[in-house]
Amino acid sequence: MKKSHIFGIVVIAAAIMVIISTAGDASIYVGFAEAKEMAHEGDSKKIHVVGQLKKDAQGEIVGIQDSPNKLAFSFILVDNNNEEQRVYFNEPMPADFLRSEQVVVVGNFQNDHFLASKILMKCPSKYQEETIEVNDV
Amino acid sequence: MHYFIGSLGHFLIIAAFVSALVSAYGYFRSVQSTEITDKDSWMRFARIAFWVHGGSAIGVVATLFTIINRGYFEYHYAYSHSSTVLPVYYQISAFWEGQEGSFLLWIFWNVILGFVLIRTNKFWEAPVMAIFAIVQGFLLSMILGVVLFNLKIGSSPFILLRDAMDAPIFKTSPDFIPEDGSGLNPLLQNYWMVIHPPTLFLGFATTLIPFAYCIAGLWLGKFKEWIRPALPWSLFSAVVLGVGILMGGYWAYETLNFGGYWNWDPVENAVYVPWLVLIAAIHTMIAFKKSTTALKSAIILAVSAFLLIVYSTFLTRSGILGDSSVHSFTDLGLSGQLLIYLLAFVLGTLFLIIRSWKKLESDEQEVSTYSREFWIFMGATVLCLMGFQVIIPTSIPVWNAILELVGVDSNMAPPVDQVGYYTQYQLWGGVLIALLSGTGQFFWWNKMDKTKLKDALLLPVVLTLAITAAVIILFKVQNINYILVLTAGTYSIIANAKILLDRWKTNINLSGGAISHIGIAMMLLGVLFSSGYSKIVSLNQTGLVWSKEFPDEVNQKNLLLFQNEDRQMGEYSLNYKGTRKRVEGFPGYVNIHDLRQVSETEAVALSNLKTKGNVVYSRGDTMTLITPETSYFEIEYTKGSSKFSLYPTVQINEKMNMTVFSPDIKRKLGFDLYTHVRTFPDPDQETEWSEVEEIITQLNEPFFVNDFVATLEKVQRVNDVEGLKLNESDVAIKATIKVKGAEQDFMAEPYYIIQNNQAGLKSAIVHDLGVKLTLMAIDPKNNAFSIGTSRTQKDWVILEAVEKPLINVLWIGTLIMVIGFVIAIFRRYTEFTKMKSKGLE
Repeated sequence: MKKSHIFGIVVIAAAIMVIISTAGDASIYVGFAEAKEMAHEGDSKKIHVVGQLKKDAQGEIVGIQDSPNKLAFSFILVDNNNEEQRVYFNEPMPADFLRSEQVVVVGNFQNDHFLASKILMKCPSKYQEETIEVNDV
Repeated sequence: MHYFIGSLGHFLIIAAFVSALVSAYGYFRSVQSTEITDKDSWMRFARIAFWVHGGSAIGVVATLFTIINRGYFEYHYAYSHSSTVLPVYYQISAFWEGQEGSFLLWIFWNVILGFVLIRTNKFWEAPVMAIFAIVQGFLLSMILGVVLFNLKIGSSPFILLRDAMDAPIFKTSPDFIPEDGSGLNPLLQNYWMVIHPPTLFLGFATTLIPFAYCIAGLWLGKFKEWIRPALPWSLFSAVVLGVGILMGGYWAYETLNFGGYWNWDPVENAVYVPWLVLIAAIHTMIAFKKSTTALKSAIILAVSAFLLIVYSTFLTRSGILGDSSVHSFTDLGLSGQLLIYLLAFVLGTLFLIIRSWKKLESDEQEVSTYSREFWIFMGATVLCLMGFQVIIPTSIPVWNAILELVGVDSNMAPPVDQVGYYTQYQLWGGVLIALLSGTGQFFWWNKMDKTKLKDALLLPVVLTLAITAAVIILFKVQNINYILVLTAGTYSIIANAKILLDRWKTNINLSGGAISHIGIAMMLLGVLFSSGYSKIVSLNQTGLVWSKEFPDEVNQKNLLLFQNEDRQMGEYSLNYKGTRKRVEGFPGYVNIHDLRQVSETEAVALSNLKTKGNVVYSRGDTMTLITPETSYFEIEYTKGSSKFSLYPTVQINEKMNMTVFSPDIKRKLGFDLYTHVRTFPDPDQETEWSEVEEIITQLNEPFFVNDFVATLEKVQRVNDVEGLKLNESDVAIKATIKVKGAEQDFMAEPYYIIQNNQAGLKSAIVHDLGVKLTLMAIDPKNNAFSIGTSRTQKDWVILEAVEKPLINVLWIGTLIMVIGFVIAIFRRYTEFTKMKSKGLE
């Protein structure tokens, strides 16, 4: 066997390792029900939940609770299966949180609380306005 | 309504699009013609078409900028990215905030580069420019904004607001023009956002040049000749792209409060990977100049760099990363179009490579371990594997989409802790690169065998071990990974420095490689120390918790500072001096309580604003605010006899409902002291005052107000009271009270007013001390005055302070890398022009 062949095999092996490690370390997207189940079974792996902020009939966001000093907050997320869940986040509210159309929370259930370690937001159009403010026409 | 300018813009887009295609066709015909006269006339024709194209594209840029600059808010682009108060430099960032504008920026750079290539090439002009023009056609089609057979092609930046939005107002008054735009995202209101995108897009644009040369070479059967002209441009592209990426990191470091410069976000990864591949391509191109072995890999890597740029464009602009990235664009309905282009480019390139594959030379002989090619190959392979390791997880949303296409339900998500995940692998790549770049240089410049190698390596290895050992003891480096990075980085610097000294003795023009490698190794060390040893210094050692509701971590790692109260933080004494604003014409910062904001950009001075004894603004003057949304928290640091202040900021954008905290950084030689405010009292919240305590006093007699000594200095009748209309029969009496603060005196002026036979009291507040003073009664008989005092909680902030050691090594390393690249570009370009003047290229 030529040296270059050995080299090639090593490279391919490394590439396959990368793919395996990606599959192994990748997280998953689940709903709250499944996340809760996982926690009950003792699986403390952090997962992704995609959902929307809870809104009332007028389209106003409801259920946001700030800690007195705004260093932490919690909100109600409705996942894609329409299940509601209060999510706690130990950081100040992200800048464009209230504008977000869709929210992804990364975290897990701890004692029946969903504790998020990271929040990703998708805004109507990340950097674009979708509403017009009309002042005194 | 300014219809004309929008129509002009749209017309220019179409003109630029059509002329790009015409030019591509002309250049194509010129390449394919066999007759010299045909060749020349097609070339002239194509060149004119490209000039028209370039002119139109620049026209589009000018038109869109005019719309933003003049504030024509009937246009969607101006409305959604700009506002009347935006200064010109932020109008520039508003220009490329949107997808369409950023495509335009890319198009603009390609035009400029195209002009340069037309001027600098003879032989290569036609084939290279044919590819250039096709790519320009592709980019322009992304902003075409035309609907053909129900198919949306591109998104135009010149679309009117009423066509873009389904707002009810347009049903009743179609000609409605909003008075103001919705403004620029506060995160982008930063000077780095003015210069970082153009740099990055110039980097994007330049990756097209090696690609175009390579494709032209494959097309014409000049499989080897393309490398010489492509090499200086590849170097240029790599340095611009690299600097662009780092500028983005620097912006994040200065603006975002995650406390770092690199977050392994998919959008960041999407530019990092092409850069790695481009660097690998450059190395194989250089290796090819000495032997033919590297030709195939040079071709594959050079085209891959550009294709990866197109792929990253797809990733960031198709909306596919929407769930995994914090700053990717969302879908404009163009993902299909982007995907088609991506596939077309990939398949076209593959076709050309496969067609030429058999004709490509390669050495049959086995590469020796002692040859320079071997080391370059190893380096290029490691770079590619590093890129591979990043692109695979970054593409998880793509894998999901593909799996779904074939009917498999996939719910894979990106790794939870992306920083930790990528770092653990990239770290090893960094170590290998440092070792290879150190050792490989010896092979590059000398014919090596076993004994020579031993001689060459002895000194660097011994020096490395000595220095590393010292650093490990000094910095208490204990983590085995860090020790490895430290050793490899130090070795790379020393080995390359040795090579550099040799080059200086012979030919300084050849020192580019060694210098760049030193820069890269320094960057590696800078990254290691600044992130690995970043230390939170704002530890709460009072034993108190700031709030029971906070998680422990927040209570432990943050400091609560009350205004004008010292608190010890490590070796510093910290004092929060209050909130500040900045106004035009006044050096430094203005106390927020010394002004009253009267409009979006203007404020009135409430007292005389002095600097070095000179009054810059007198009470009642109107001042223009600099960045009116931003407030600065003055935090004074005292250490021994030295003092300095940091001004972390909060930017409150009410229109967008955004509150953005940004850090301020004290740069020291050994480390950066990084401070940002986590939270502060809600400015809209009503102040709660304690019950009024009444004090009877006389003129010039000291009394206590909330532990501060105060004196009633003057009581006089006045004719004017701010904000009140007085009639002749009314009486207004002003008391002037001096309150002695710890460092300065404050004047409070409460009023006693009798208007329409009714007594009114107008209190005065000294915000900095949290006290309110009221002139409650006057007793002329005893010459006594009754003063009411009440207190409130003092202003406070909760801040986090972090020390980032040796971060300057990262920035200095960057600079050194750039210098190395510039030397190398100069050398390679000279080679190219020499060949060109011989009529060869």
